[in-house]
Amino acid sequence: MSTASSAKATPDRPAAPVSSARPTAMDPSEIRHRKPPKKAALLGVLAWIVGLLFALPVFWMVLTSFHKETDAAKNPPDVFAPLSLEGYQSFFAAGPWPSLLNSLTASIISTILVILLAFPAAYALSIRPVRKWTDVLFFFLSTKMLPIVAGILPLYLFAQKVHLLDNIWWLIVLYTAMNLPIAIWMLRSFLAEVPAEMLEAAQVDGAGLVRTLREVIAPVVMPGIASAALICFIFSWNELLLARVLTGTVAGTAPVFLTGFVTSQGLFLAKVCAASLIVSLPVLAAGFAAQDKLVQGLSMGAVR
Amino acid sequence: MSTATTTTEVSSAPAPEQQRSTQLAKAGDWARRAPLLPALIFVIIMTQLPFLGTLVISFMNWNAYYPEERGFAGLDNFKRVFTDENARQAVVVTVLLTVGVVGISLLLGLGIAILLDRKFRGRGVVRTLMIMPFLIVPVAAALLWKHALYNPEYGLFNGLLKWVFGPDAPQPDWITNNPLWSIIAALVWQWTPFMMLILLAGLQSRPLDVVEAARIDGAGSWQIFKSMTLPHLRQYIELSGLLGAIYVVQNFDHVFTITSGGLGTANLPYYIYQTFYTAQDYGRASAAGVVVVIATIAIATFALRTVFSLFKEESR
Repeated sequence: MSTASSAKATPDRPAAPVSSARPTAMDPSEIRHRKPPKKAALLGVLAWIVGLLFALPVFWMVLTSFHKETDAAKNPPDVFAPLSLEGYQSFFAAGPWPSLLNSLTASIISTILVILLAFPAAYALSIRPVRKWTDVLFFFLSTKMLPIVAGILPLYLFAQKVHLLDNIWWLIVLYTAMNLPIAIWMLRSFLAEVPAEMLEAAQVDGAGLVRTLREVIAPVVMPGIASAALICFIFSWNELLLARVLTGTVAGTAPVFLTGFVTSQGLFLAKVCAASLIVSLPVLAAGFAAQDKLVQGLSMGAVR
Repeated sequence: MSTATTTTEVSSAPAPEQQRSTQLAKAGDWARRAPLLPALIFVIIMTQLPFLGTLVISFMNWNAYYPEERGFAGLDNFKRVFTDENARQAVVVTVLLTVGVVGISLLLGLGIAILLDRKFRGRGVVRTLMIMPFLIVPVAAALLWKHALYNPEYGLFNGLLKWVFGPDAPQPDWITNNPLWSIIAALVWQWTPFMMLILLAGLQSRPLDVVEAARIDGAGSWQIFKSMTLPHLRQYIELSGLLGAIYVVQNFDHVFTITSGGLGTANLPYYIYQTFYTAQDYGRASAAGVVVVIATIAIATFALRTVFSLFKEESR
């Protein structure tokens, strides 16, 4: 049997040198420095392995969240254990809805406020720039670099004085300030690309600032506004330190709710995984929606 | 005639503010500033005032447990911060954490960016897989590492050890044995995608025709990487490293979740949080806050300079 197959292979062999000889007709330098296809394929496989390794904890979280607590705690792990919604049931039984709603409120309203403030500001820093606009732009950026923890005590004491502790509106105001610089930098880089003729046409029409912004510029830079909004949403949704210090039982956000899982509570791994996954879902959705502009947002618009 | 108008248009384009502002009255200046002012004033109030407050409190003797002792303290708080063993430990931890996380994720990110810069089957899928860790809420990611991966009894790491080496496999307690490395690994997992994204953008902005020309001139892959790709990537490496450092210096979520600052892993943000929130020592917490700000300004100056050079290049 083996001899038959090897005999069958022999007629093919002379063909091989012919096909490999074909590239010699091309520029010789091309062959010397193009990576041989085998090596290229290996590097592709390596990239896949690395990608899967990085995603593995996420997949593990998803799988474990659908296991029974008793199966989730097995060692060695039982990958093929029957699926169950037990983890999700015990997570939702713990009453996460108020915190999820608080997170939604804080993230959505602060994002709207950020865009409303950042859009005109970006206009004044790109299309009709104020004097020393680069200084202003870099002032905004510098505020992002000062650690929140260094200003948190006065923010706490002020809220205590005016009875804003454990009030979602105080978080909304702070998240707006936290994300404004990022949004201004991102929007500025989008506005800088608006063609000048369009603005001139608006000027000839005698459109005021609000109308120019709303009816001329906004439709053109809508994709940019959307991705800036998604990134601000992610940062607000993720925030823990301010929420942890400034809120309590009423205005606590989803990350604050998650801190309830910091200490182990017996068999609760499926519940923790379900909780982590549900709280991360909005960020995953927003992140994939903004994937193309993610770099631009994260680098404050410095990298495209 | 038509050429004359186009030249004036072109010359006015790079510096419109100079030419126009001489013609326009002050009212015009304010009309320009109006759209900017709400955002600018709001950010100044919300970011500068709290820091001023921290600066003032740092010179005060103020503990919420002893309100009657409130008063001016001079430099006492700073002396206490610099002589406090915990505070010094927190500085060391902050430096180790930042250097460890940024260094490792930069190297990994660079390697992966180079892998992803090449064409291969399913490149888009791998890129998406790589981004996923960054899109997990930080607290959730820290919980995932703490309970689902590190846990000595049911964590995945020890599970894999048992799976590979059988029932007698070693079952280390990862967090207790290496508390700081546990935090670093979890943070590297989240920050490598960030570095990779910025470096990949940098790689893809590289002028390919020059690389092609070098290749035809007989330059090897390593030569091209060392003398063309790396210099081009330099500012992207700086940018991602500095931005990463600014975020990791501030990290609170992972330290809070994985070790709760125990086992000698309290970094400065956690130390300040504890001093102010648990010990209610407002004066000392503020002094530590001022120290953090001064330390951050050093990193931030470099970061701003790097962004500025990229910025100038872009607007050229």
